[in-house]
Amino acid sequence: MASSALLSAHQVSKSYGDFHALRNVSVHVDDGEFISIVGPNGAGKSTLVNVLTGLLKPTTGHVHFRGQDIAGIGPVELSRRGMARGFQLVNIFPALTVRETLGVAAASRLRRIGNPFRSLSADQEVRDAVEEVADIFNLRHRLDQQASALSQGEKKLLDVASAFALKPELILIDEPTSGVSTGDKHAIMELLVAASRKAGVRGIIQVEHDMDLVARYSDRIVALQAGSVLADEKPETFFKDPALIAAVVGTRPPKMTPKTAVQEIRPC
Amino acid sequence: MSTPTSAPATVAPAVSPNIWRPSGLISFLVIIVAMAGLPLVASTYTLTLMVPFFGFAIALLGFNLLLGYTGLLSFGHAMFLGIGAYAAALMTSKLGVRSLELTLLVAVAAAVVIAVPVGFLCVRYTRIFFGMLTLAFGMLFHSILFKFYGLTGGDQGMRVMRPLLFGMEFEGGKTAFITGPFYYYALGLLTLLGYAMWRIVRSPFGLHLTAIRENAQKAAYLGVTVSRMRLAAYVISGVYGAIGGVILAVTIGLADPEIVYWTQSGNLVFMAVLGGSGAFAGPVVGGLAFVLLQDTVMSATQYWRFVMGAVLVLIVIFFPRGIAGLFGDAFARLKRGS
Repeated sequence: MASSALLSAHQVSKSYGDFHALRNVSVHVDDGEFISIVGPNGAGKSTLVNVLTGLLKPTTGHVHFRGQDIAGIGPVELSRRGMARGFQLVNIFPALTVRETLGVAAASRLRRIGNPFRSLSADQEVRDAVEEVADIFNLRHRLDQQASALSQGEKKLLDVASAFALKPELILIDEPTSGVSTGDKHAIMELLVAASRKAGVRGIIQVEHDMDLVARYSDRIVALQAGSVLADEKPETFFKDPALIAAVVGTRPPKMTPKTAVQEIRPC
Repeated sequence: MSTPTSAPATVAPAVSPNIWRPSGLISFLVIIVAMAGLPLVASTYTLTLMVPFFGFAIALLGFNLLLGYTGLLSFGHAMFLGIGAYAAALMTSKLGVRSLELTLLVAVAAAVVIAVPVGFLCVRYTRIFFGMLTLAFGMLFHSILFKFYGLTGGDQGMRVMRPLLFGMEFEGGKTAFITGPFYYYALGLLTLLGYAMWRIVRSPFGLHLTAIRENAQKAAYLGVTVSRMRLAAYVISGVYGAIGGVILAVTIGLADPEIVYWTQSGNLVFMAVLGGSGAFAGPVVGGLAFVLLQDTVMSATQYWRFVMGAVLVLIVIFFPRGIAGLFGDAFARLKRGS
């Protein structure tokens, strides 16, 4: 476990009675890394994500983020420590506008909540923060539209953008492109990576089924199977091992030059 | 850091789906101005109806911070009306303190003292569970008032003496006091508290409440302290309820358990739904409509509860966004037409 690790889980196990969702899992994210967590359904991906984000306390083992133990700290504290989490299903505030949605995160980060009489509309710092994030995600022209009126792809963008408005050091996203048309997937991923660079995000973890996206964007791939780490490899190594890929997705490997061919492999 | 230079700050929003957002304060102010001028034209009887309306309107502003903004439906909010009413009775007839300002302070303090622990227990739950818990606490409060005869006078209630306004004594009949100085005092309070609530709902604090209403889980991941914010909203709404209760009790001249009975909580819900909880001024409009409707129907038939029930059914089925929703749509159509 390198000391430069942004996030590290050490020998983490999580059991529910006799069921062992995670067994001695150790993973880490270094500064500047993009990690993909892959594995068949039931491999423990969701549990690992919940442990890594401090939602669940591991039965044994430790989770450290920027050197501090974050086991079971909960979502609000997580956001304050500098980690943001996006969800698999589009997760927005339907009746709020894009500006308001991003404003929720900006107001938290800038600690604007203590005085209930403080004007929001006159707050230039919040406004700037909101517009900066909106620009990164091409949502500037949608600022005053209701989230429910956005296209599916834009909703997804807004979901991720709101996490970015927290200015996190690390962002964890669960299938960032699920429910998005195949054509939009790469566009969203490109935006996400570019946005991370612009916003100073130091690490990304994604849970993803789409092996094309995994192959193209990951610095490292962590494969889970039955609650254990099956592999923790760079993509070049990972995709050279047909047995490994078969274990993860149950089918053949993707083409490694996916610029045009967008092929989706889902285990179910 | 990118410095956005493209769009000017005054760029017009493409679509403003929530037409009430800018107009909420205006509707509220229209009501205030109309009420301020009312004594010049209306009968004394109408004015005696309006003073309780001011009390309800204050309580409803708070009630809607919970229902409309935070998404929590309290079925026991009359408890706070009762706290205000009994604070007024206790101060004026038991302790002999007749300053209304002091009474209001005591009512606010009592509301906070009760709202914090009750809210702490209730806000862990949402939807029907929150509603049922608040109902239970309301009923509990009702039975305490009912049973502690020595302190509260049981079903007889406690008298509320005529208070001093800013330390000033007003002579003359009760009606003259209620429709004269007290009318303007209550209206002034409503204006002040309405403005304060407008500030609250337009603040980052208010935005966080709305985010909780829309999606509490997502809100938490964006740093919204969901339970604490719900508690804060509950306490604020309780304070508004207690202030409304003081106004009601002074108007009636009595604090009795009827004011905290669950049907009174139901009336608050009715008013909010009637006016439209999605709009800032909606519940205030609903309170006014309710008071006028109740008066009209009660003078026409003894089956007024039946008529009120039918009205509520019609509103919920055909105008789920209430009177404010109707006006909002009409306003939007007018704007588009021009």
